[in-house]
Amino acid sequence: MTTTLAQEPVATAPEPERHEPPPLELASYGDLVFRWLLTLAAAAIPVLLGFLVYELWSGSRLAIDRFGFDFVTTSRWDPVAEEFGAFPLIFGTLASSLLALVIAVPLSLGVAIYLTEFAPKAIRQPVAFLIGLLAAIPSVVYGLWGIFVLIPLLRTSVFPFLRDTLGFLPLFQGPIYGPSMLSAGIILAIMVMPYIMSVSREVLMAVPDTQREAALALGATRWEAVITAVVPYARSGIIGAVILGLGRALGETMAVTMLIGNRHEIAASLFAPGYTMAAAIANEFSEAVGDMHLSALAYVAFLLFVVTVLVNACARLLIWRVARGSGAGSKAL
Amino acid sequence: MNRRTLRRLVSNVMVGLMILAVVVALLPLFFILFDLVIQGAGSLSVAFFTKMPAPAGEMGGGVAHAIVGTLLIVGAASLIGLPVGIAAGIYCAEYPGSRLTWTTRFVADVLNGTPSIVVGVFAWAWIVATQKHFSAVAGSAALAMLMIPMVLRTTEEMIKLVPNSLREAALALGYPRWRTSLAIVVRTTMPGIVTGSLLAVARIAGETAPLLFTALGSQYMSLDLNQPMAALPLTVFTYATGPYEEWHRYAWAAALVLILVVFVLSVGARLAIRRRFSLNG
Repeated sequence: MTTTLAQEPVATAPEPERHEPPPLELASYGDLVFRWLLTLAAAAIPVLLGFLVYELWSGSRLAIDRFGFDFVTTSRWDPVAEEFGAFPLIFGTLASSLLALVIAVPLSLGVAIYLTEFAPKAIRQPVAFLIGLLAAIPSVVYGLWGIFVLIPLLRTSVFPFLRDTLGFLPLFQGPIYGPSMLSAGIILAIMVMPYIMSVSREVLMAVPDTQREAALALGATRWEAVITAVVPYARSGIIGAVILGLGRALGETMAVTMLIGNRHEIAASLFAPGYTMAAAIANEFSEAVGDMHLSALAYVAFLLFVVTVLVNACARLLIWRVARGSGAGSKAL
Repeated sequence: MNRRTLRRLVSNVMVGLMILAVVVALLPLFFILFDLVIQGAGSLSVAFFTKMPAPAGEMGGGVAHAIVGTLLIVGAASLIGLPVGIAAGIYCAEYPGSRLTWTTRFVADVLNGTPSIVVGVFAWAWIVATQKHFSAVAGSAALAMLMIPMVLRTTEEMIKLVPNSLREAALALGYPRWRTSLAIVVRTTMPGIVTGSLLAVARIAGETAPLLFTALGSQYMSLDLNQPMAALPLTVFTYATGPYEEWHRYAWAAALVLILVVFVLSVGARLAIRRRFSLNG
């Protein structure tokens, strides 16, 4: 359109814009195409998530219609009779993840606080890098190491020791097999530690130096400064980091499958085998024959998805409150 | 003991405990790497990389089929996942005000936290259940889906580091927006985007759970993405949980190869970005 206008003899002014129109039009086409391509890619992601939710829901409908909410509270898992209740799986998932947190949280917070507040500058980066490497090790390698190194070690020395010293607690009683809730909890602790460590480190680094200086100026020792002025300031972010670790632990599959013993049972003892939601899906899905069995497993996947989404949303909210703008949460993922 | 010495003592004890925590945290890493090398290196040979597995219980053979399978599955996943993830990341960084950006970023965070086994179930329901047979494509789709949110977030974070003055300079010189984005913004952040992509590839290369009931695994060499296919992580899993001594040795060796690939990719990526960005100031 502009070209035809420019060709009109009515135009009196000299026409330096004559060279402009063609590139300008090309440019706006280019912008349009570029923007549409990018929009397509960006829009594909919400569409995919919607599709995922739909597929999980429609896959588990059979089981949802049949068992409803009882699925969560009953314990019978019998593919032959087509009776399914996921309570032992849910219990196992929560128990192994909490166990992992009990072990991993003090360790990772210790490391994070040491690295941000006390360590010599020269070793901060290398240590953080090495612990970060733990996060790069594939889950199945943890499982392999767990089966052939960790479990023999636990069975021959650690578990008997625990039974002898803490055996008065029901947690540490009963026969020792090797594959057990505690073995899975320990491997999970190693796996989630780097996540908790790196996020809480980011959060601690976001604490303004004035907090530390104020405490030190009042005569606090360095430890007192950390515990009275730095950690409380970062508290919600640290809780967020822990919950983020929980989210990781809940969904962790391979290593747990290889170490937990895979039994649909709830036992008081940590030495007894158990099962988790993710492990049940991993073990049974490709061999499930009946539609109801498949649907029950899809239902488990659906529940797992809902729980991890909720847990991660909480974590993100908490981290965001402390480290607003420093991008701590997204970097850690 | 007076109060001040007590307080100083507590402080020192706590620091000591924290140093202990660092040591304990690092132990598993050294143990795992040490055991992998000790147990796995002995079984590495030319045959290991070039031969097919021997019948169960027999000596010899290799995991060539799994190495080829991993390359194909991860390659196909990257072919889908990288362009979509990078393009969506550019969108989120270049059009930060739009509602789609907010939605996409939020959904990417949700997907980032989704367990990989759940994504596997999705790929199964979507592809395997409709095709009625296991296939490598389904595995690639699952891996691509895990990859997209990771690549998206790193791309976006990297592009956000580009100073606005650079954009304005290009626009002022008469560059259209798309050329500004591609030739100036994306080009400046290229090392960062490559790093993000390599990290994502490293992450999915070791993923096992989403392949269990999509690519399924196989004992044969297969180049057909529409058929079940072996992959290194699956091989580690099958061999580690199998009953044979020989299989266990191969599981260690395969795990060693896997972890070397993952480490080279992720460490290389991190080093690359450090050098490039410090050079650029």
